[in-house]
Amino acid sequence: MCVLAHVLEDAGIATVVLASMKPVAERMNVPRVLYCEFPLGRPLGMPDNAQFQHGVLAAAFDLLNAPSGPVLVDYPEVVAAIETPLACALPPRFDPDIAASVDEAQGLRAAYDRAVARRGATEVGRSVDADGVPGALAELERLVAGEHWKEVYGPRLDTIAIAHDIRAYYQEAALELAGGPVPGARQAEAWFYEQTEAGKTLAAARDALTEQEAPSGITFYMQPVGR
Amino acid sequence: MSSDQTMRDLMANLPVPEFESTPWASPPPLSEATVAIVTSAGLHRADQDRFEGRGDTSYRMLDRSDRELILGHWSSNFDRAAYVSDHNVVYPIDRLEELAANGTIGAVAPRHLAFAGNQPDTVSEVRLDTGPAAAAELRADGVDVAILTPV
Repeated sequence: MCVLAHVLEDAGIATVVLASMKPVAERMNVPRVLYCEFPLGRPLGMPDNAQFQHGVLAAAFDLLNAPSGPVLVDYPEVVAAIETPLACALPPRFDPDIAASVDEAQGLRAAYDRAVARRGATEVGRSVDADGVPGALAELERLVAGEHWKEVYGPRLDTIAIAHDIRAYYQEAALELAGGPVPGARQAEAWFYEQTEAGKTLAAARDALTEQEAPSGITFYMQPVGR
Repeated sequence: MSSDQTMRDLMANLPVPEFESTPWASPPPLSEATVAIVTSAGLHRADQDRFEGRGDTSYRMLDRSDRELILGHWSSNFDRAAYVSDHNVVYPIDRLEELAANGTIGAVAPRHLAFAGNQPDTVSEVRLDTGPAAAAELRADGVDVAILTPV
């Protein structure tokens, strides 16, 4: 982001960065920075809150009045993440003959479909679409059961994208089921890893891949740091 | 410690590209300025190519009327729930429309810009190649001011 600020200014476009990483911005001689201590992934601070978002934009535009730079100003309001799990009921066990994670994913399909119909878009689809999510979980279960990843996937390990798709599928279904206001940052993540069978399977599959000495660049990016 | 704080601590000491000076463009008054959003969230329309994994230095131009874009950044270390519910929390396009309607800004740019922020530490190709190319496209659209939003 700070690199692009330099590039754009060189082209004659005045920039304001809504920075989320203050020490990075400080070291890069960026023209105008509004440091916003908001949850990562929410640079305007609060979803569904036009007034708050306008406050941030007004503070950003205000920096354009500075006669020279670099200028770095802290936005006065801090927004913290909430890491307690989202309250969202999970479907009951339906088919005891298949893995719990696969059964669970199938049970969430109706909620996922409603979410996509409402929004008109989905984040699922980097490696598999919604139809492929239960199968992707079944493959992860094979890793957990001890199969080597090359037996499961062949030569190409794509589990960063697979993990993304499974999480996105669950998150979109959960937001639909929970209803109400948007949960605090990281609440959907905490729910996924702490409450769902798929989250447990994904964590166990990552551990299995680590033990198999799969490329660390892949296992590292399969999950958020600290999980 | 919170996950966000862990990430901020990790990133604080990463090597960054060195810039010895600070460039400085002087925009027209805000009420006459054309404003664009530039994001590193990797946003793209469903009909545009996805961003590949780490180190994809390409960019997508987004039309002013585009909504419900896909968030293509590859990191798993930020909250995505808010964006799914309200794109303005990353891409405040509806807020810009409101500011143009009430005369605070001169105009909303016809096109906006997305890169994916998951880049190697040097960011050389963005700095020297795709970044300037994207900036020239915005400039050709008459953009005076850009608001930069990371995730």
